[in-house]
Amino acid sequence: MIYKVIAKPEFEKFIDALVKANLSYGPQQVDTDKDGNPIYQFKEVKAVGDIAFDYTATASSAKHFLTPYRETLSHFTFANGDWEQDISYDSKPLVLIGLRPCDISAINILDDVLLNEHFPSPYYLARRKNTFIIGMDHLPLPDCFCKSLNHHTVTTGFNLFCSDIGDKYYLSINSSKAYNYLKEFDIADPTDEDDCKLIDRRKLIKQSFKTDVEVTGLPSFLDIEFDSPIWTKWGDKCLNCGTCAMVCPTCYCYNMEDRPDIDLKGSSRQKQLYSCNLVDFAEVAGGHNFRPKNGDRLKYRYYHHYLGFAENDNQPICVGCNRCGRACLADINPKDVINDLRMEKESCMICVSPSPDKT
Amino acid sequence: MQHLGFSHNKIKIGSFDFTCCEGCQLQLANRESTLPAFLELLDIRNFREISSEKHDDYDIALVEGSITREDEVERLKTIRSNAKVLIAYGSCACFGGVNSLKNRFPLEESVKEVYGEKQIDTLPVRRVSDIVHVDFSIPGCPVSKEEVERIVVSVVTGSMIGLPKYPVCVECKQKLNTCLFDLGEICLGPITRAGCDAVCTTGKTPCLGCRGPAEDINFTSFTELVTEKQLPVDDMNEKLGFYNCFEEFRHDKS
Repeated sequence: MIYKVIAKPEFEKFIDALVKANLSYGPQQVDTDKDGNPIYQFKEVKAVGDIAFDYTATASSAKHFLTPYRETLSHFTFANGDWEQDISYDSKPLVLIGLRPCDISAINILDDVLLNEHFPSPYYLARRKNTFIIGMDHLPLPDCFCKSLNHHTVTTGFNLFCSDIGDKYYLSINSSKAYNYLKEFDIADPTDEDDCKLIDRRKLIKQSFKTDVEVTGLPSFLDIEFDSPIWTKWGDKCLNCGTCAMVCPTCYCYNMEDRPDIDLKGSSRQKQLYSCNLVDFAEVAGGHNFRPKNGDRLKYRYYHHYLGFAENDNQPICVGCNRCGRACLADINPKDVINDLRMEKESCMICVSPSPDKT
Repeated sequence: MQHLGFSHNKIKIGSFDFTCCEGCQLQLANRESTLPAFLELLDIRNFREISSEKHDDYDIALVEGSITREDEVERLKTIRSNAKVLIAYGSCACFGGVNSLKNRFPLEESVKEVYGEKQIDTLPVRRVSDIVHVDFSIPGCPVSKEEVERIVVSVVTGSMIGLPKYPVCVECKQKLNTCLFDLGEICLGPITRAGCDAVCTTGKTPCLGCRGPAEDINFTSFTELVTEKQLPVDDMNEKLGFYNCFEEFRHDKS
C-alpha cells in the first residue's frame, strides 16, 4: 500500500477526469423520504458534480455491478439435431466511486464465494477484474453495526481508499493502476500532521457507533436455538417479500431458468438473484417445499449469514450495513433478532438458577 | 415445428372477450418484434383482433373479461365444452377486475346511473372461474405479452408452466426503486404477485395489485404495517378492492 494526501479541489479534478473517461457509478440522491431525509443509490455519473460525496448510505448495495440481479448466462442454438452454446464473459470497464468499507468488505466476501473457491465464476471474474473501486470512509449512521463485525475499516479489495481528514483526503493506494492515474495529479506524501489527522479520523469513526450487535459465539447460539420460538415470532411478521436479500451486499443466492426462444430455434439460460425468504426458495420438483413456513425461511437466512459461513469460512457474511433492517417494511433487523435470541437464552430458567452456596 | 429434435403441432387457439376493454387481447397482437414468431406457434381459429375467420375447433381457449350477463354465461359454457384447455387471462377474467366495483351498489342503481331509463340486461360481476372450470390463469391489467409468450411456448414444448410466486418487491428492488412506503404511500407490492417487472412502481405509482395475491402472502403483517405507519386504512381498502383481487383475504378480516 502507498499512502498519499490530496487536496479536495485536486481530488475533484482527479475524479472528474476519471468519470469523464470511464463508465462510472457513484452515490446520487434519488429521492427525499416522507420525513425529509435524502435517499441515495449508486447511479451512473458523468461528471464530478453528479456525485454526492457527503452521502450517508445507499439504499441498495453495489453488488449488482458484479453479480447482476438478472443476467443471461448463455444462449443455445438448436440446428440439425444438435445444439451450440454461446457464452460471453465480456464486461465493460467500470469505475465505482464512494463505496463504504462495509461495501468493499462485502465484495471481498463475494470474492471468497464466487472466485476463491473450487469453481470460480467466470462471469463474476470478468466483472471483478474490470472494476476499479474507490472507497470512502464515513461517520456511521445510528443503526450501522459494521464495527461489531469488524468491517468499519477495510484493507483490501479496493484500488483506492479515501479518508476524509478535513481539507484533504488521506489516500490508501492499493493498485498500480490507481497510482499511475494519481501521478498525473498533485499528490503529496502525508506529513506527520496528516498522519495524526488520519488517526483522529479513525478514532472518531470508531467512537461514533451507536449500535452494537454481539456476535461472539453466535454460531453456537444459533445452533442451540434451532427450535426457539423467536423464529416463529419474527417469521409471523415477515412479508416474504425478498427485499432484505435484494438490498443486501452479500446475498448471492440465485435461481436459474431456461427460456426457449419464441421461434423455438434457441433457448437462453437466465440467472436471477433470489432470496431464501421467498416462498418457493426450497421448493423442489414435484412441488414439495422443504421450508413452507415463514419462520423457517427467516431462520435459514440468519443461519446462512451468521452460522454456516462463519463455521465453514471463519467469518459471517453479514457486514453490518443494516440495509436489510432499513428496508424491511415489517421492521425485522439483525440487531433485534440477534438480541432477542440472546435475551431468550439469558432469561432461560435453567441457566439463571443460582449456583449452590459455598459452605 | 422442431424444438430439441421433437416436432410440435401448432396450437389451435381461440380467444374470446367478455365484459372488458379487450386490452389484453390487444396486448397479444402487440410487440411487433416477436409477433410473427408468436403467430407461427399458433393456429388461430377464433380471435377477432387478429383474424376474421371463425371456427369452433380449438384446443386452447383464452378467455378475457368478467361475466356480467346471462348470455355471457351460456357463451362461456359453450367455449368450455369446445376447448380442451381454458385459460383465463387478464384481471377481469381472473378476479372480476375493475368491473367488480359495480357489485358495491344495488344493480338498479348502477344501471340507472350509467344508462338512465334504458333497459339493460345485467348481472352482478363474476369471475370466469365462478362459472366454469379454469385450467390456468394469467393475471394482469393488462396481461404482460412477454409472460403470455412464455406460457404459450411452455404449452407448445410441453414444459412446466408457472407464474412467479413471490411479490412485486423483488422486481421493484431489482430496479433500485425507492420504496413507496418511504414516500408515505400505500403500495400493494409486498402482497401482489410479481411478473409485471414492477412497471407501476418504477413509474412511482403505487401497486394496485392487478396480478392478485402472491403465494402465501402475510396479509395480517401487511395490514399491521399500514396501521403502524399511520397510513389511511381507507386508502388501503380502496386499493385492495380496486381489481377485486384480494376479496378472500378481506373477508377473513371482517
